[in-house]
Amino acid sequence: MIPEIGHFSLWLALGMALVLGTVPLVGAQTGRADFMALARPLSYLMFFFVALAFACLVASFIGHDFSVRYVATNSNTALPLQYRIAGVWGGHEGSLLLWVQMLVLWTVAVATFSRHLPTAVTARILAVMGFVAVGFLLFMLLTSNPFDRLFPVPAEGRDLNPLLQDPGMVIHPPMLYMGYVGFSVAFAFAIAALIGGTLDSTWARWTRPWTTVAWMFLTIGIALGSSWAYYELGWGGWWFWDPVENASLMPWLLGTALIHSLAVTEKRNSFKSWTVLLAILAFSFSLLGTFLVRSGVLSSVHAFATDPLRGQFILAFLAVVVGGSFALYAWRAPEVGIGKRFGLWSKESALLGNNVLLVVAALAVMLGTLYPLVLDALGMGKISVGPPYFDAVFMPLMAPAVFLMGIGPLARWKNAELPALAMRLRWAAVVAILGAVLTGALAGEVRLVATLGLVMAYWIVGSVVTDLWGRVHPHGLDWTQAPARLRQIPRALAGMMLAHLGIAVFCIGVVMVKAYEVESDVKMSVGDSTTVRGYTFTFDGIKELQGPNYVAAQGQMRVSRDGHAIAQLRPEKRIYRVQQNPMTEAAIDAGLTRDLYVSLGEQVQGGAWIVRVYVKPFIDWIWGGCLLMALGGLLAVSDRRYRRAPGAEL
Amino acid sequence: MKHVRYLVPMGILLVLLYFLRAGLSLNPKEVPSPLIGKPAPAFSLPRLDQPEQRISRDDLRGQVWMLNVWASWCVACRQEHPLLVQYAKQSKVPIYGLNYKDERAAGMKWLADFGNPYTASISDRDGRVGIDFGVYGVPETFVIDREGVIRYKQIGPLTPEVLRDTIEPLLQQLNS
Amino acid sequence: MRQVFHLLWCKLVCVLACSGAFAVEALPASDNPALEAQVMKISTELRCLVCQNQTIADSHADLAVDLRRQVREMLQNGQNEQQVIDYMTARYGDFVLYRPPFKALTALLWIGPAVMVVVGLGTLFVVLRRRSRLADDAFEPDDKDAPNDPHLS
Repeated sequence: MIPEIGHFSLWLALGMALVLGTVPLVGAQTGRADFMALARPLSYLMFFFVALAFACLVASFIGHDFSVRYVATNSNTALPLQYRIAGVWGGHEGSLLLWVQMLVLWTVAVATFSRHLPTAVTARILAVMGFVAVGFLLFMLLTSNPFDRLFPVPAEGRDLNPLLQDPGMVIHPPMLYMGYVGFSVAFAFAIAALIGGTLDSTWARWTRPWTTVAWMFLTIGIALGSSWAYYELGWGGWWFWDPVENASLMPWLLGTALIHSLAVTEKRNSFKSWTVLLAILAFSFSLLGTFLVRSGVLSSVHAFATDPLRGQFILAFLAVVVGGSFALYAWRAPEVGIGKRFGLWSKESALLGNNVLLVVAALAVMLGTLYPLVLDALGMGKISVGPPYFDAVFMPLMAPAVFLMGIGPLARWKNAELPALAMRLRWAAVVAILGAVLTGALAGEVRLVATLGLVMAYWIVGSVVTDLWGRVHPHGLDWTQAPARLRQIPRALAGMMLAHLGIAVFCIGVVMVKAYEVESDVKMSVGDSTTVRGYTFTFDGIKELQGPNYVAAQGQMRVSRDGHAIAQLRPEKRIYRVQQNPMTEAAIDAGLTRDLYVSLGEQVQGGAWIVRVYVKPFIDWIWGGCLLMALGGLLAVSDRRYRRAPGAEL
Repeated sequence: MKHVRYLVPMGILLVLLYFLRAGLSLNPKEVPSPLIGKPAPAFSLPRLDQPEQRISRDDLRGQVWMLNVWASWCVACRQEHPLLVQYAKQSKVPIYGLNYKDERAAGMKWLADFGNPYTASISDRDGRVGIDFGVYGVPETFVIDREGVIRYKQIGPLTPEVLRDTIEPLLQQLNS
Repeated sequence: MRQVFHLLWCKLVCVLACSGAFAVEALPASDNPALEAQVMKISTELRCLVCQNQTIADSHADLAVDLRRQVREMLQNGQNEQQVIDYMTARYGDFVLYRPPFKALTALLWIGPAVMVVVGLGTLFVVLRRRSRLADDAFEPDDKDAPNDPHLS
């Protein structure tokens, strides 16, 4: 019964979405207030039915309803409750429902927080989101129904992939999808503006907070995925340039560019057609990512099980949505005005320079990801493009962007006086170089590439401190005024500083772990120990234990330093009962300045075990930096100007 | 012309869509062999049934022959095996088996249970000859001509269509 | 008699208490760690062909283990990294390399990003300079906002 209700709900949601995607749009074009007034209620109804369907699927999982094929392939009676719920988005059909759930959530958010927008604009925006929902609901209902039944009903399910039975895996998809899907709001704003001919700085001001929040979620989603891979996959890597990872990085890069471009458009009412193109592109790359992950076109560890029919559907949808957007763009964008004046060397041009670098980076990632496909399709053989390529190409692209990040915030709007700017930044430059060399020396060895990376990171820190200093002590040192001035800094600016610091922290983490990580592969019998970077790891043997749905051999490892006990690490080798795949669970002692990482290898003759021990300096700064970036975004959207009373001119 | 540059995104999209569509009918995991048209790698391996005897590549010069890579632990091999057994009965081209990374006893039993289409099978216990042939999955089948040059490689199980439409014509051509 | 037992007991306790001092420093997992490090370095650039998208360094698949063994033996025989790469590509094609070789087919791949940066920044510069040469009336009039309005960051 419940699956049928869920299935029927999806059809009803589709109905709502169809009306939402058409009627208010017609209303906005013809000025019919009654048509436009339908937009909000339809949005809420669409949300209700999707949420109902989602609830039905969750209920089917919790209740072990193996008559539903999707539940049978992704769950099991021994599966703990939290993973039964997470199993809802563990496979293709369910994750699509999560996608749509996020989309209708964003739609409802726009419907609720758009009272200050003109009716026609709101109607168009909601209509565009409804149209996107139509595509995904149709896709689900026609090719990927999560409520398909299975006869005869199996007594037991196939179990959720053990790799996904993990807290990180529970939260990573919802965060990621909130981000991906969130760019549909900026997209909808862009399309609405192109249709209505209302592309201006006000449009940019409205679009900014929505873009920033989506960007925040995407940042967290990507960081969660990366940190999950690090502690779950058993050998300490955190980014593999896998096609699915790239599929999430490309919208992120474009979203970052969009945030910066919106600032220029809001300030100067210029480069509007460029900004609107970026808004279209960010969501287009989200859709491209959806295609790449679910079509079977690229080989990836993350890819969902697929069939060509599904791929064709998404491709057709992609063609319609993106093609339609680009056609609208080609038609309307040339009419957009040039806006206000600004100088060749200015904050505006620094922001646009940042844009170019980020967009090129996204295109470079796309080039590397799709190149094998292109060559194969042209019959020119098969190649692989992996981390060696992306690392070689991406770092040099990001370095100038990071350099600009130090300059842009301090440059003046309209006309940056370059000599004065250089003077202001001289301390940042000096500190950056000295600090980088000093860090290398403290770490034990100064290395060229690491030093360059650190220079970049410290350059940003220096720039932020210089900026902050200039605002707190504008006319020389005056500590009495400092707290007041500090409080006066708008949250949007503080958010920017925090986000930029986040990037610096991220860079430090990446550089330090790449340059100064130490690994030790040893054979350990009971009582053996090994010392890495001053940490002594002593092996106390293996304990057999039973988990809820697995058996494990758990290593007992004592870690000490200078005689003081630091940690007890328990790496495991698990065998999950149902799917019978062996899994390695690394044991990690996380710390502010280093991670101690131990994983069990194979058992060798004589009862000894191969053990891999790593000391990874500053690796948690990678995800700490991402968290700071996201917090910066949060701080920025909480700025006073977005919190005015509804109805007041924003 | 001012408006042309606004059509650039559309242009790029159309090119992209073309390639993505083409990609839907490709298999990203299939590895084409660089050995087609090159001499088969030299090998000398013991026979599965009589390990004291060895068969080497040069022993097979002067005839067209097929090499089928199989193993008792390979599930997909079960799929193609009946086809191979039947094909061997009416084909004049000898089929040699490469028993890949398998135990002798297990391999012999598998042939006893499911039929033996091979003129002879050779044992590649550690898989080195397999690596030389660029084997990465089992089953795989090679067609080798009189001069010892590899002419065709089938990745995955043989099907009646492949035998009929690709391999048969090739064998006839090589034998004429 | 009791003294003997007492002595034995003390010795036993001593041995157990001092067993920490007898703990062995674990031996490296392989006989030649420097060689092993080089094997791993090369292995991270080679694709595991039976896996979905992993290097032979990370994969537990049989073929990955065999190929790592092959790399190890080649290095032990004194061959260098390029020879190992050539060996693998002779058998499996360029597909097995995660670092695509630079040849005519991949020139666009390797040069593409650099070209895009130059074209992108160049275009931006040209556009901005052209704008800066336009007369004031081509633009919208500037409002009276302060040049450094803190609200418009």
